[in-house]
Amino acid sequence: MTKKIDQSWLLESSTFSRPVIREIQRAAREGIYDIRGFGAKRTVPTFDDLLFLGASMSRYPLEGYREKCETSVTLGTRFAKKPITISTPITIAGMSFGALSAQAKEALGRGASEVGTSTTTGDGGMTPEERGHSKLLVYQYLPSRYGMNPDDLRKADAIEVVVGQGAKPGGGGMLLGQKISDRVAEMRNLPKGIDQRSACRHPDWTGPDDLEIKIQELREITDWQVPIYIKVGATRTFFDVQLAVKAGADVVVVDGMQGGTAATQDVFIEHVGIPTLPATRMAVEALKDLGMHREVQLIVSGGIRSGADVAKALAMGADAVSIGTAALIAMGDNGPEHEEAYNELGTSAGYYDDYQDGKDPSGISTQDPDLGSRLDPELAGRRVANYLRCLTLETQTLARAAGKSNVRNLEPEDMVALTVEASAMAKIPLAGTDWIPGAGGKY
Amino acid sequence: MTIFDLGDSAVRELNQALHQSETQGADLRVTNPGGKHNVATGADVECNVTIEGHVGYYCAGMNKSANIVVTGNAGPGLAENMMSGSVRIKGNASQYCGATAHGGLLVIEGDAAARCGISMKGIDIVVGGSIGHMSAFMAQSGRMVVCGDAGEALGDSIYEARIYLRGEAKSLGTDCIEKPMEDEHKAELAELLEQAGIDHSVDEFRRYGSARQLYNFQIDNVSAY
Repeated sequence: MTKKIDQSWLLESSTFSRPVIREIQRAAREGIYDIRGFGAKRTVPTFDDLLFLGASMSRYPLEGYREKCETSVTLGTRFAKKPITISTPITIAGMSFGALSAQAKEALGRGASEVGTSTTTGDGGMTPEERGHSKLLVYQYLPSRYGMNPDDLRKADAIEVVVGQGAKPGGGGMLLGQKISDRVAEMRNLPKGIDQRSACRHPDWTGPDDLEIKIQELREITDWQVPIYIKVGATRTFFDVQLAVKAGADVVVVDGMQGGTAATQDVFIEHVGIPTLPATRMAVEALKDLGMHREVQLIVSGGIRSGADVAKALAMGADAVSIGTAALIAMGDNGPEHEEAYNELGTSAGYYDDYQDGKDPSGISTQDPDLGSRLDPELAGRRVANYLRCLTLETQTLARAAGKSNVRNLEPEDMVALTVEASAMAKIPLAGTDWIPGAGGKY
Repeated sequence: MTIFDLGDSAVRELNQALHQSETQGADLRVTNPGGKHNVATGADVECNVTIEGHVGYYCAGMNKSANIVVTGNAGPGLAENMMSGSVRIKGNASQYCGATAHGGLLVIEGDAAARCGISMKGIDIVVGGSIGHMSAFMAQSGRMVVCGDAGEALGDSIYEARIYLRGEAKSLGTDCIEKPMEDEHKAELAELLEQAGIDHSVDEFRRYGSARQLYNFQIDNVSAY
């Protein structure tokens, strides 16, 4: 019989915590680093560390539910003949068919289209389901060029040249063999069942000077019709954004380290890149420094969950945000109705992050036809639309409280910081003071 | 014969013509390219284009249907992501020619620089001279014929593409090995040489491809990466 012990006196090491010990034991047993999906789980300064100053004696609020608060944004006004206008400043981020099921991609397209915003392809190319159900579709131009072809390029409403993503700036990806179905294999010109490496750098350009010519090529092929975005993972954001502008971007997308992934090493997810909060500020400063703020639109992403996050990103100077992980959750990812199935996989609803292994009980991050069929694209699309509408309403609520008739009129002056760290990163004064740590410093 | 003089007209005019159905079946002559970038990109109709001189980056990029001849040299990214049709360079080509290309025939009569055929996805590439280092890196499918020598790390991390090399490779990349030349390989090589208009005996070539040892990640192979 096991002796019961009083655990109240046991002291856990903060260096070798139980999760750390468990990971060392797992690594020793399996001989491979942890690869997983989702985004960074560590605590970092976020938009939660900022607060809005509502209207008061010196500011005049707008009437909730009555007075108009504009949310639409036009993207790609710099060079494209056909900029795109989205009805809410919230877009769906790039996620691949391959990483996600065809049903999930269709649902994202349905949800985005229902509210008048855009969705984005991912590594692996454009599927007919996604194009057919997406009123506005951004086509990602990625290093692997899986599925890339000029016909799909011309079907896109915008093109996003992906230099990096927040979960793994400087890293590529690996779609493991168990997720390579016949269809995925065919789209990527590779045999079924083998691991498919997504390259970390583009095969035919190195550096911003080359990229400028590459963007001109894409514009020539598409007759200068559609906007071209450049997406970077948040690292040296000030310089990356300036180089993206120099390279000719219509829109710059900055993805913070909380951004999600389908399959990346845990060590990469948790230890590379900077949070969305400082990245947003650095990107805006870069655009203002060039006199291109609002001329080149800025989309930020990475851990956007609520209308508060959206409003704060806009107040810092972004033109729009993108959501990825939150959209998957809206569709049903980590849903309690799958608790039993999660338990069988050794996890629980709310903790599931093994998007890489293709066994997703919700039918979202899988290529298994039986699992995929669990996701009803119409219902999931409706949930995405509902969620986008909630985010939009929340954003409007905060903007009205600050007296803004357009969500993009929110400004840094409308906010204060709760922590010294957030104040320094966002360059927003600490609440109750006029103090910004490190103000005026360089990078 | 329609003439585009790039000395006094924009590359855009040429490229737009190559996207329009009126150009179907036409013969186009492009003069004074002057090393300009993105010449004849995204050609979407069947036509014949002769470019008299040197071109810069991404000439014939994403070519879908045209038959394009460049009488001079080509800069980086020649015929990148080509889908079909043909591209012939009378001179030399810079780095990453034929990158990620899905189909068609790319012939370089001279030499090709580094990363020739990187991540190729079905194209046939025939090089009359030699190729630079890291060529056919992560090459997925298609065939590459090299009549001269190859630089370091030929076919590194190659998937299912086939390489035929007449000269010597300075070194083979990870997971790339020499494979036997069977009759089917000699037959397809002979056909490729004939299409390229290059005369060599197939018996002078050796074949290289993937050892397929790294197709699924295994920790025991970690020293190979």
